[in-house]
Amino acid sequence: MDKSTFVIHVNGQKHRVEVESNTPLLWVIREHIGLMGTKFGCGVAQCGACTIHLNGNPVRSCVLPVSAAEGSEITTIEGISEDNSHPLQKAWIAEQVPQCGYCQSGQIMQAVALLEKNKKPSREEIITHMNGVICRCGTYVRIIKAIERATLEG
Amino acid sequence: MKATGGITFAIAGYGLFSKFAFAKENEKSQEKQITAWVHLDTTGQITIFNPAAEMGQGSMTALAVLVAEEMDADWSKVNIDYSPIEPGIYGRSWGRGRSRGGTMLTVGSYTVSGYYDNLRHAGAQVRYVLLHNVSQKWDVPLDQLRTSSGFVIHDASNRKISYGEIATFATVPAQIPEIPEDQLKSPEDFQSIGKYLPRYDVPAKVDGSAQYSMDVKLPDMVYAVISRSPVHGSKPSILNENIIKEIPGIVDVVALKHGIGIVAESIELAIDTRKKLEIKWSSREKAETHNSSTAYADYEKIASDRNQRGNVIVDKGNVDDGLVSASKTYTYDYKNDYVYHAQMEPLNAVVSIAEDGASADVWVGTQGPAGARSAAANALGLKTSKVKLHCCYLGGGFGRRSMSDYVSEAALLAKAVKRPLKLIWTREDDLQYGAFRPMSLQRMQAGVDKRGNVIAWQHDVVGTGGRLLATGASTNYYSFPNQKIQVIGVDHGVRTKHWRAVGHGPNKFAIESFIDEIAADQKLDPVTFRKNLMKDFPRALKVLQTAADMADWDKKSSNGKAKGIAFGERSGSLVAGVCEISIDKVSSKIKVHRIWAALDAGIVVQPDNAVAQMEGAIIFGMSSILNESITFKNGIVQESNFHDYPLLRMADAPESIEVKIIESQEPPSGIGEAGLPWVGGAIANAFASLTGKRLQHLPFTPEKVREVLES
Ligand code: FES
Ligand code: FES
Repeated sequence: MDKSTFVIHVNGQKHRVEVESNTPLLWVIREHIGLMGTKFGCGVAQCGACTIHLNGNPVRSCVLPVSAAEGSEITTIEGISEDNSHPLQKAWIAEQVPQCGYCQSGQIMQAVALLEKNKKPSREEIITHMNGVICRCGTYVRIIKAIERATLEG
Repeated sequence: MKATGGITFAIAGYGLFSKFAFAKENEKSQEKQITAWVHLDTTGQITIFNPAAEMGQGSMTALAVLVAEEMDADWSKVNIDYSPIEPGIYGRSWGRGRSRGGTMLTVGSYTVSGYYDNLRHAGAQVRYVLLHNVSQKWDVPLDQLRTSSGFVIHDASNRKISYGEIATFATVPAQIPEIPEDQLKSPEDFQSIGKYLPRYDVPAKVDGSAQYSMDVKLPDMVYAVISRSPVHGSKPSILNENIIKEIPGIVDVVALKHGIGIVAESIELAIDTRKKLEIKWSSREKAETHNSSTAYADYEKIASDRNQRGNVIVDKGNVDDGLVSASKTYTYDYKNDYVYHAQMEPLNAVVSIAEDGASADVWVGTQGPAGARSAAANALGLKTSKVKLHCCYLGGGFGRRSMSDYVSEAALLAKAVKRPLKLIWTREDDLQYGAFRPMSLQRMQAGVDKRGNVIAWQHDVVGTGGRLLATGASTNYYSFPNQKIQVIGVDHGVRTKHWRAVGHGPNKFAIESFIDEIAADQKLDPVTFRKNLMKDFPRALKVLQTAADMADWDKKSSNGKAKGIAFGERSGSLVAGVCEISIDKVSSKIKVHRIWAALDAGIVVQPDNAVAQMEGAIIFGMSSILNESITFKNGIVQESNFHDYPLLRMADAPESIEVKIIESQEPPSGIGEAGLPWVGGAIANAFASLTGKRLQHLPFTPEKVREVLES
């Protein structure tokens, strides 16, 4: 397939990339632009490790073609704060959530999107919203605690 | 390794050398003497070198805590860096003790226990050097000095000096005495061990900056994926190589023994192009005859043949006599399917060969850096000393990253194309070319005398995967006068490997279910029944009782819920736990509501992390117990990704997991796996208490639950 030029906006910056139009946004963000915080876990929208925000909504970048992302505001884990100061990042550290850490960018991006829409989610709302992001290390209990902490302290 | 101004301490068996002294004077003996390095710079920053893989288990922090504790370091000044890969220097012992050198494998939850004595001693030697230097500088006897959080203090003259300042003038004596055990801190004086300290790696795992090998990007780097044997052992012949090679952006097509590698200018092109490969695979491999669903019938036959002789693990008294003289005997079978590691970061490695071909750099997340380096060196035809391994964080290991197959592959492909190369396994690759925890059947037989004592216990494990099946089959904390445990191996030619807690998962599931079945038939409370069997083991008794108390065991659950208890051990640690479950009437799904678990792991270096490891291992265990199964059909793995190999998700995590760490002054034992083995038995036992029926085949999917309930 032929390559085309795409201009995509990530964390407030413009990037021009030369790729095939069906290239998953995940590879564009990681391997073309070099922002490595967003992870590859399954490639088929099953695990959530690749979660980013597209105009504020959490999406799985592994199944989003780059052509569908043009003109949208993309936010990655690198874009939510400069210094781990987002209330969720602080809560994540306070609760010592990560183990291997590989799923955590996706977890945090999914959680950020929740709190932007719903300042005081119930436990059930947290679980429903977060259920798509797998953590093999089993940090779920602490993820819930961290989100609850952030809603109190946020 | 950083080497700005300051001193680097090499802590030796019988001497502590400055970096330079070490290099010059100890060329011959360095391999034996040195075990750990501490670098102290003049601003007081301390770098402690970490010899173990960090895969989420937290040992990178725990090991540094051991050194810092005895150094009396100010923890806020500690940096942690990977140690060089010198197993003769940085390896650990398999047991306790100060023996230096050994393996650098991060497996079996041995890291903290294996380094505990050594690294505390290492810290104490650094402290000695600092004291010694100040004692000379101030001309005061060493025993009038003390240390506190990064300072040496002389109370008599009311002077204090920071470690950083000491680094400006300190010299490291050629010989540092061994610090006798009784001069190390006694546990009451610990400032960091056993206290809360945040993990060193957490901040980088919250802002996305933690580096996994997957995240390495080099100039001019190419990307590779491999199409691997669908049946283990089959060999590829590519039929359309020329067509593939002509695709723009394809760098090369590389034939390997077990697959065809596609190397491309981008990862998306490599993945896309792989779909176009036409490969003919050789046939008649052993694995081709393997069908996991029918294998159990063969296992049953083998288990029923009393003449079968396996690899005997325990043979005590006379089990046959015991069974004959028993007033009642029990026989049950338990089964477990293959399970897959499913570490969240699929396997990958980055290899860059120097232009002259004489050396190479490798970036990898590995549980066995020395093995990974050798694998790369072999593939590249280089000496290991010419391969520099850059250890990265592991996005999960669980045993899978103690193999180096993916490192060899990356090296072979990089060698073929002579460009820096990143090999990525897609999730499908990682799953289908997995190395699984083996399937097995456990035939349990017991004989009970008139008074209800278990006088005979036989446990036959039948399955594939050899010694992987054996761990955890011993009932170390239950006494039986006559006992036989053996493993009868059947080779199916498929790949198997250590998987978190290895054989302990299936074996403890069988043992703890069986104990409950006997107790129920004997009309005995399962806690009382276990306590009788454990009466010679006070530590185990305490763990069991603690878990029962935490769960308010004597109080029955209501509202369609029931509790189950089980006991387990792994890596020297003891765990007992209680699960409270219910069954969804519509979906037949088991819901685990609450979990209580007690852990005795001796001295626990990082208690909060220990709790995190317990929570994680419990959820990991639940996932394998409720969801996970790999199926082979004619040797081909049928599952491919998380839609058909579902991992436990948040909605199915327990509402609460309460963990209690039992206070202990015993030496530390392993924690990372100990939380897992008891889970299966506890869920099965809760199910039996709720329904009167037994689940005997892992995993307990809704279909299996329905089947058992309808039987
Ligand atoms: S990598 Fe996108 S959902 Fe798994
Ligand atoms: S922390 Fe390892 S997968 Fe979530």
